[in-house]
Amino acid sequence: MRVSTTVNGTPHVADDVWEGESLLYLLRERFALFGSKNACEQGECGSCSVYLDGTLVCACLVLGGQANGREIVTIEGLDGAKVQQAFVVAGAVQCGFCTPGLVVAAHDLLNRVPNPTDAQIREALAGNICRCTGYAKIIDAVRLAAGSA
Amino acid sequence: MEFFQPATWAEALQMKAAHPEAVPIAGGTDVMVEINLDHQRPAAIMDLNRIRELAEWERYDGMLRIGAGVTYTRLIDELGDRLPGLAMASRTVGSPQIRNRGTVGGNLGTASPAGDAHPPLLATDAIVELASTSGTRHVAIHEFFTGPKRNAMRKDELIAAFLVHPATGPQQFSKVGTRNAMVIAVCSFAVSLDPTHRSVGTGIGSAGPTPLRAPRAEHFIEDVLLDENLWNRKAEVSASALKRFGDLVARAAKPIDDVRGTAAYRRHALAVLARRCMTWAWNDYRLAA
Ligand SMILES: Cc1cc2nc3c(=O)[nH]c(=O)nc-3n(C[C@H](O)[C@H](O)[C@H](O)COP(=O)(O)OP(=O)(O)OC[C@H]3O[C@@H](n4cnc5c(N)ncnc54)[C@H](O)[C@@H]3O)c2cc1C
Ligand code: FES
Ligand code: FES
Repeated sequence: MRVSTTVNGTPHVADDVWEGESLLYLLRERFALFGSKNACEQGECGSCSVYLDGTLVCACLVLGGQANGREIVTIEGLDGAKVQQAFVVAGAVQCGFCTPGLVVAAHDLLNRVPNPTDAQIREALAGNICRCTGYAKIIDAVRLAAGSA
Repeated sequence: MEFFQPATWAEALQMKAAHPEAVPIAGGTDVMVEINLDHQRPAAIMDLNRIRELAEWERYDGMLRIGAGVTYTRLIDELGDRLPGLAMASRTVGSPQIRNRGTVGGNLGTASPAGDAHPPLLATDAIVELASTSGTRHVAIHEFFTGPKRNAMRKDELIAAFLVHPATGPQQFSKVGTRNAMVIAVCSFAVSLDPTHRSVGTGIGSAGPTPLRAPRAEHFIEDVLLDENLWNRKAEVSASALKRFGDLVARAAKPIDDVRGTAAYRRHALAVLARRCMTWAWNDYRLAA
């Protein structure tokens, strides 16, 4: 089947999509947008976090056909410089695999809650796994990004 | 695999009648895991996201009628004040990403004994509205769960909505897991106080083949509250009555040993959860202005 979506403001069309294919597969394998990572395909790690019509979701849990006609924003198209910069400054990036998903999730939090408490930060990032940093510097980064608003 | 994308509810019901094998998908937080990990390869799949009615809620005959496709995030934001128990349970579901997509309709569809929406729905006598081209029927929540991951829905039916009374008193929900977020319940418990009818509702999760109520515990505590005139006096419930309530809840459970915990642990934990939830809810009632 054919799936047509808008990704980062640009129309994207994929043909011969298998009906069981996820949005994450579409983004990576058909649109060559490799920023959204694939680590678990079961909603556990958050490394595939994207916006679907402005809502933070795991791209691996959205069926390709469900994305038809919708607006997707991935890490590549995110207006996320402030959050990204804060991650760099705070030393919140080690291997970097979790970083795109965390940046999108942190961006969503700061959109909703400009000055989050530590508890709110932890809660908002609970769906994003990082195997390197131990999270302390990630939380520092989100605090920093909020402070530089 | 065939892909259906009905634009209206009527169309969805027709498609389900014509293709009873089609697996509905709402938030996809259960269905996509199955497909991605190749646990399930449905012959056909039917997207319910386009159906506006499923994502709406309304007042209905003194109750709230909530579309099967309303997400946890929206339930918390839009109905948390009227359905505090369900909102508490919803806050414990997965992560923001999961709550932004996951729905109560999907929780009911999966009918896992560990589904977090189920205990508060049981505690408040919710009703599940099932629909097909041959009509609509209402199934009481305690008759909806028929076995592990099985429910009363026929192959040609879809879940349209669930109906629940807005809270008239305090409600509580509590869940045991290895951490605060992203956990499947080891066991869970919900309680709902209804000062208008002087009644108490309960729901047990993840401690039996289906989610369960604890009717003997409900009757016991209702009698205590009435006999001691506690609804009017707003005095404390005795420690021994609270303990007995917890024990009766534990006895209503039918837990098994599995990877998340033993049956003995679940029973013990449920007695504690039930006692605590009842204490919190009663204090909320007693101390309310
Ligand atoms: C990382 C992760 C964490 C999770 N954590 C929790 C948790 O803490 N607690 C919890 O309870 N669950 C949890 N879940 C499971 C899941 O999120 C819930 O069961 C959720 O409620 C499913 O809703 P959905 O809309 O995504 O369902 P879907 O996956 O779309 O559907 C689930 C089932 O319901 C059926 N269905 C959906 N809508 C309808 C309808 N209108 N009519 C008929 N059938 C329908 C589908 O065919 C399918 O069988 C988690 C899942 C993931 C991936
Ligand atoms: S790949 Fe989507 S959550 Fe892990
Ligand atoms: S930096 Fe390596 S997983 Fe987070």
